[in-house]
Amino acid sequence: MAASGHSPAITMNGGQKLAMKYFTVAIALFGAQCLFGMLAGIQYLHPDFLFGILDFSINRMLHINAMIVWLLFGFIGSVYWLLEDEAGVPIVGLPLAKLIFWVFTLAVVVVVLVFLLVQIGPGKQSTIWLITEGREYIEAPRWADIGIVVCVLAFFYNVAATFARGRFTHIGGVLVMDLVALAGIYLAGMFYTPNISMDQHWWWWVIHLWVEATWEVLVGCLMAYGLIKTMGVRRQIVETWLYIEVALMFGSGILGLGHHYFWIGTPEYWFTIGGFFSALEPIPLVAMVVHAVFDAGHHKLKSANNPALAWIIAQAFGNFFGAGVWGFMHTLPQINLYTHGTQWTASHGHLAFFGAYATMVIAFLYIALQKWRGNVWMGGNLVGAWKWKWAIFLLHAGMITMVMAMLISGYEQSQIERAIEGSTWMGYFAAQGHRWFLQGMYWRQIGGWVFSAGFVLLAWDLLTIGKRETRSALQVPGE
Amino acid sequence: MSETQALWWASTSFWRKTAIWVTAGSFVVLIFLTFDTVKQITAGGKRVPAYSVINQRIDYKFDEKRNFQVPVIGPEEPLFGKKVTEAEAEALVSHGKLTTQAKNCMDCHTLLGNGAYFAPDLTKAWLDPSWGAKETREQTMVEFLVHPELAAHNPLGRRMPNLKITEEEARATVAFLKWMSSIDTNGFPANFKPIDQSNAPTPAAAQP
Repeated sequence: MAASGHSPAITMNGGQKLAMKYFTVAIALFGAQCLFGMLAGIQYLHPDFLFGILDFSINRMLHINAMIVWLLFGFIGSVYWLLEDEAGVPIVGLPLAKLIFWVFTLAVVVVVLVFLLVQIGPGKQSTIWLITEGREYIEAPRWADIGIVVCVLAFFYNVAATFARGRFTHIGGVLVMDLVALAGIYLAGMFYTPNISMDQHWWWWVIHLWVEATWEVLVGCLMAYGLIKTMGVRRQIVETWLYIEVALMFGSGILGLGHHYFWIGTPEYWFTIGGFFSALEPIPLVAMVVHAVFDAGHHKLKSANNPALAWIIAQAFGNFFGAGVWGFMHTLPQINLYTHGTQWTASHGHLAFFGAYATMVIAFLYIALQKWRGNVWMGGNLVGAWKWKWAIFLLHAGMITMVMAMLISGYEQSQIERAIEGSTWMGYFAAQGHRWFLQGMYWRQIGGWVFSAGFVLLAWDLLTIGKRETRSALQVPGE
Repeated sequence: MSETQALWWASTSFWRKTAIWVTAGSFVVLIFLTFDTVKQITAGGKRVPAYSVINQRIDYKFDEKRNFQVPVIGPEEPLFGKKVTEAEAEALVSHGKLTTQAKNCMDCHTLLGNGAYFAPDLTKAWLDPSWGAKETREQTMVEFLVHPELAAHNPLGRRMPNLKITEEEARATVAFLKWMSSIDTNGFPANFKPIDQSNAPTPAAAQP
């Protein structure tokens, strides 16, 4: 992206130039996520594929870690993109920010190479520090944990200091508070204990309070800014909505943490607390849909940037269905007893991460590229518009195919392995070998191919969109 | 839109205050509950037994009052026939836990139901009937962990790769799995049929 189509006529601020670097790495890692996901999917159908060379555990680890990191890079890039614009002053500490980008990227490359080439180590502390921590989603070794904290602190300094020097908009205020929580929570995952109950208790602080609380608020901020930029929605409206979302999101999400505390050794009162509050978690997502769709309708879908608006609307619905509906379906303990740790969870995970987060980062990529290409027209009749339209279609068609296929496998698994067979190893394999399960895995792979094709088209579109466009962007009148 | 501004419940400041109070309130409740939970899941308590529980038989039986299966700590049955002290048990279980992390078990298996879904859940692996007789279980588990690629696992052809687990690491992993099976997981997994651990010489002979 960085090398192509930049029009020097448009001056981008320091934060925005830096954002383009983050976005470039994000898209590369998105590609890696697709690749390793496909390899892991193939191993369900052909278990000997790459056996002993690149085992399922490694592909799966790279698949989910690439996702976490590309979304983080996407978020950081998005925040740098809006920072000077929101604060009204040049970014504070830009040289540090640039340095941190390279440090962060280098660290990611080293971690990925170690995951690929070293893979595992002996059962010693040195493995935890240098190779892998072996804990789902936060497998990065401890040295990298410390590096991540340093990078996030530097990022926080840039953001907080810039808003402090300029003006604290409501979006800025929420963003800064959210980043404090986001950075602080990560620390909860940085220790070793032989006690697996204690381990998972704190591990969920990182995983849940990131993806079901602080990340949601972060995308709420990005959504607010995105609506102002693409359609000129009145700031007061989006900011009031943002606070409503924060209240609902944290009001349900913080104690919703309890839905991960049903089966890990934690006390029984979490049944009630976790069940109740996690059942409320879809409510803020409904609010976001209403908000985004109402604003889009109010502005008669007239936007300065159609691809970005399309992805924002996709985010509203994807978040609601993926995180909200799919999460709610198996969040109560009475059903979760049978679905916990089955393909049901995988189905939810795929739709939620894509619907809530990938979509928002992609929307920001389009907002950024519009300016990068010279503040060009991205409304109707955009030159080469078929690419972004087909990309969004293929990515959604592929994702929905995968999600439905895994859900069917998950239904089968929860019935046969869990309810009937009682989760013994025999029960597990009876379910895994069932025709319905295998059909699900087969269709999931087809969905994976469609999704990957969508990714390739998306990448191609990002490299080219607006390059042949000579009209300048539609000016959306603010209200 | 001017009439909206007059409505207190639609104002930015009202929702700002609400957001702050709701967030702070939820967080305070969470902290309060966390203190209690951490106390209850510290090893040595009722829900999460001390590591030396590996010296005893562990079973998983239906509890009428709680209406689900719960771990039952039985008579003395030391792992590998050797009774260990609390400190030795902790060191052994810790080595096992470290091994499960170093070998990335969680990216194929689930532990307490969390992880990946490519291989069976390990929560009650110690009690799984697939290990055959309880007398030979420990040794079978160690041999499997050291050379998993040689064993026929299932008709699907899915195998566990050789993860260069040493015999010492394998024994520690078995200790970790035995200890993990003693955790009170509120009835997860449900309807589980544990290995026969009655004192009869073989499982077959135990049933008339």
